[in-house]
Amino acid sequence: MKIDVSHVTKQFGSFAALAGVDLEIKSGELVALLGPSGSGKTTLLRIIAGLEWPDEGQVFFDGTDALARSVRERHVGFVFQHYALFRHLTVFENVAFGLRVKPRRRRPDEAKIRAKVHELLDLVQLRPLAERHPNQLSGGQRQRIALARALAIEPSVLLLDEPFGALDAKVRKELRRWLRHLHESINVTSVFVTHDQEEALEVADRVVVMDKGRIEQVGTPEEVYERPATSFVHDFIGESVVIPVSVADGALHFGGGRLALDSQGVHTGDARLFVRPADIHVGPPDDAPLKGTVKRVHGIGSARRLEIDLVPAYSIEIDASGTGATPGDLIGLTPNRYRVFAVGA
Amino acid sequence: MKYGMPTLRPSVIPGFGITLGLTLTWLALIVLIPLSGLFIKTAELSFDQFWAIVSSRRTLNALKISFGLSLAAAVINLVFGALVVWALVRYEFPFKRLFDALIDIPFALPTAVAGISLTTLFAENGLLGAALAPLGIKVAFTPLGILVALVFIGLPFVVRTVQPVLLDLEAELEEAAATLGASRLQTITRVILPSILPALLTGFALAFARAVGEYGSVIFIAGNLPNVSEIAPLLIIIRLEEFKYADATAIAMVMLIASFAILFAVNRLQRWSEQRSRDA
Repeated sequence: MKIDVSHVTKQFGSFAALAGVDLEIKSGELVALLGPSGSGKTTLLRIIAGLEWPDEGQVFFDGTDALARSVRERHVGFVFQHYALFRHLTVFENVAFGLRVKPRRRRPDEAKIRAKVHELLDLVQLRPLAERHPNQLSGGQRQRIALARALAIEPSVLLLDEPFGALDAKVRKELRRWLRHLHESINVTSVFVTHDQEEALEVADRVVVMDKGRIEQVGTPEEVYERPATSFVHDFIGESVVIPVSVADGALHFGGGRLALDSQGVHTGDARLFVRPADIHVGPPDDAPLKGTVKRVHGIGSARRLEIDLVPAYSIEIDASGTGATPGDLIGLTPNRYRVFAVGA
Repeated sequence: MKYGMPTLRPSVIPGFGITLGLTLTWLALIVLIPLSGLFIKTAELSFDQFWAIVSSRRTLNALKISFGLSLAAAVINLVFGALVVWALVRYEFPFKRLFDALIDIPFALPTAVAGISLTTLFAENGLLGAALAPLGIKVAFTPLGILVALVFIGLPFVVRTVQPVLLDLEAELEEAAATLGASRLQTITRVILPSILPALLTGFALAFARAVGEYGSVIFIAGNLPNVSEIAPLLIIIRLEEFKYADATAIAMVMLIASFAILFAVNRLQRWSEQRSRDA
């Protein structure tokens, strides 16, 4: 199902959780809402689900007004960060819940419920645990049961709120790969919220980067990583070396000197130069745009990093595998790829 | 075992020996010795004498009234206590904190005061009694009056045991039920009630236990007619005043055993429902 979010705003007291959000999610897509806490990503997800109502704006499911329907009628599968499993019910009954509460005339008979629940438990590979209670399961198992429970109603949209946030790193990695495979096999439109960029970039077809109630960029993982639209996205996704510069006469200036770098069309004024640490070439100081003294070297092999005091005064840290620089060396730094953003952009 | 009992091994939490000793001594002093006195005194009677006392019509009726009405009062408190808790936890309304504080009054009010005020209210010329009289309902000096008094003193037990549990119940559970298509009623019966069931049972057991032992408020409103509105604790007092100590302890023993059996049953029920709802 296709989801359209249009001009949605939501205010909690004086805090603007969403400040005019437009988003289009294609049918069958797996989309990640990525942002720091307080960016409004969970609020947006809850508005799509019908657990929260926007102050203004509209939400459409396949062109029909979703806001006219309550959460019960929207037919969404929702997975909570802390599982929200029913403790007093067995795993089997948890998964069967959505089928058992259907109105009598649409409720499947016991044999059908049994078959459906077993099919879902097979899907999440937890069939042997059907008669256990949630408190007898590990966190990863609980979240898979929560997912099976959400899928039991054959939802038109699957919404996941930080689904792996409460799990430890190893289980999280396994589960997100598993979610990717699951999405490929059931192909239901899915939206998940995360603050973990690695998770978003690895799992999602498209990533929606949010900050302070606004969408900063929507794009494929490659797009948001390789071509960040704003300084926030560059800073938030992947690692960045940020150097405060200024633009004057169409050129970049740093520490009073003119840099042999393109200003990329940024207007005169304060700006910031963003470079991925791996995109900085370390060489002799002669005609490199930036020069600095190596202050400290730490890590070994591919994790070798240099702390550098730039000339005249600013300190950065870069990847330095393959350079033989030692503390005290004067080196030249050439950004092979970089982005310039005006301050505030 | 080679190193003796595992509990005697040095533990990171010190003082096991002394705390266990204190607990047992205290329990013996406060509970076990007085209770065994009951049994020792009763043992003065032959079994036939004992049986004659406890199976006499007046004793049986008093026990029936005590346990029957206590059970009825506990059931009423279970239902209305649950409703009161729901309103107090889930809704915001004016003077909510005042109402919340009022719940505790039956805890603190001397039971005789409660008995006298209830009697005054429900007597035929009282504020409520006068209103009920034309309907043919008599409360004061009837078993109904006993029930009213027992409901009064039992209410806070249900409210105060269920309140923290309902407060702790995550809103996410209700949201999950709603996304799965459950109606409000289905969410309450299938999710919320089963989750607070252990607490409800505890509250029920406490309210019941309190009602069985209640004396002060009841004797004012009951009328105390033998076989009709005479509760077992009162009968015990009457026997004591007649210097029939062994008779009194015999009735007390039956009450003790019956109360214990009922509380034990409730406790099992509670354990069973708790086992099914340990935190997930």
